[in-house]
Amino acid sequence: MRYAFFLGCVMPNRYPGLEASMRSVAEALRIKLIDMEGASCCPPPGVVKSFHESTWLVIAARNLSLAEALNADATTLCSGCYSTLKEANVILKGDPAMREKVNKILHDFGREFHGSIDVKHIVEVLYHNIGIEGLRNFVKRPLNLKVAVHYGCHLLKPTRYRKIKSSERPRFLDELVEVLGARSVPYRDKMMCCGAGGGLRSGSPEVSMDITKEKLENIKNAGADCIITPCAFCHLQFDTGQVEIRDKLGVTYNIPVLHYVQLLGLAIGLEPEKLGLYNNAVPTDFVIEKM
Amino acid sequence: MAKPKKNIIRLDELDMDFAEAVAKAGGEKINLCIQCGTCTASCPSGRRTAFRTRQLIRRAMLGFRDEVLSDKDLWLCTTCFTCLERCPRGVDPTDVILALRNMAVEAGYMLDPHKRISGYFVKYGHAVPINEENRKRRVSLGLSEIPPTTHKHKKALDEVQGIVKKTGFDKLIGFRWEKGEE
Repeated sequence: MRYAFFLGCVMPNRYPGLEASMRSVAEALRIKLIDMEGASCCPPPGVVKSFHESTWLVIAARNLSLAEALNADATTLCSGCYSTLKEANVILKGDPAMREKVNKILHDFGREFHGSIDVKHIVEVLYHNIGIEGLRNFVKRPLNLKVAVHYGCHLLKPTRYRKIKSSERPRFLDELVEVLGARSVPYRDKMMCCGAGGGLRSGSPEVSMDITKEKLENIKNAGADCIITPCAFCHLQFDTGQVEIRDKLGVTYNIPVLHYVQLLGLAIGLEPEKLGLYNNAVPTDFVIEKM
Repeated sequence: MAKPKKNIIRLDELDMDFAEAVAKAGGEKINLCIQCGTCTASCPSGRRTAFRTRQLIRRAMLGFRDEVLSDKDLWLCTTCFTCLERCPRGVDPTDVILALRNMAVEAGYMLDPHKRISGYFVKYGHAVPINEENRKRRVSLGLSEIPPTTHKHKKALDEVQGIVKKTGFDKLIGFRWEKGEE
């Protein structure tokens, strides 16, 4: 298994611990990650796409062309990046006129979108390509944890560009958590957004924070030991967000936030240092001590 | 007798072609809306603010162009796509909102923080660029100090900047190349 590894912005530039965990876990699972030298921001579906859709599409096509040149499907651990690359790929594969327009610009820079690869979120790779039973074989340290699973939005929606038929009651991430020995606890409004997307975190921070706070409150009430996300931006929103909520609203939650890849890394016996678990704003010691 | 407040809307003050323009800009199915309110009921922002997706779509359909495009509430959508998945008429409300946002930016209504992020994207190729703290953190984690992206490759950054000049994104956000910011 080899994949072109799309980094994006939040992971390498704000939460490099996630990048370290992705590289360590991939190595342990014998997934070869190839760097996409010279890739840029995806760009974000809720921000650049909100401002100028055609710029969004051409830059996404350039990023896709880098993976094509490596002759490998692209993967990422950020749902925002996934959303942009996945959708742009589907749009351009299915619309020859649009592809021609985009390529007219890319040709000036010696690039071309061919439509020769696929885009997969790392969670999809784990669930579909390795599979639950495949992962079970790798588990060395079953996790005695109560986990609040946060799916977030852009891993699932819009479904028209994705394999899944409905976004309402997915199970796959819960299954991925449970195969590690952890328990996925139900909580109110589990499928609600983290509050970061659509330019809200920067444009309307109070509203963004209020959405995050509602989710944190529900997760706390469910008695979860930690939050699991499949996305770098949700991860930032819940982790950095808890500090912001403490400082601005005086409410402390102290709920550790882990990316799914980090949780998986712990279960397959990797050291917390290799998984960047000491690089969060909210300490993860509690989770590590429960090992 | 006191003059009544003006609460009559004159048809000639509305942009009767607006819904068509929104459709062309990507909100193709806006005219299918039956005002059922499933979008508003599903909206995480609408739960805590005055943002009403149904109302936004109704106003757009009626042709309140300037009111819709200048309304800051247009920027309260998190693009969670829940309304898009649930809309019984397949209006794809999030697509309508994205089309309206593109039109709002074109008309000069862009929030300052969004200009700033866009400026980073044009300047660095990253909407969230690296900083000193995370360079150090990368090294401590055994990663390269600079990620192998436009941060590392000048030629790649030149390409991205060349593309945004071609699409006109730099002008759209008022990016000043000589100052290196928006």
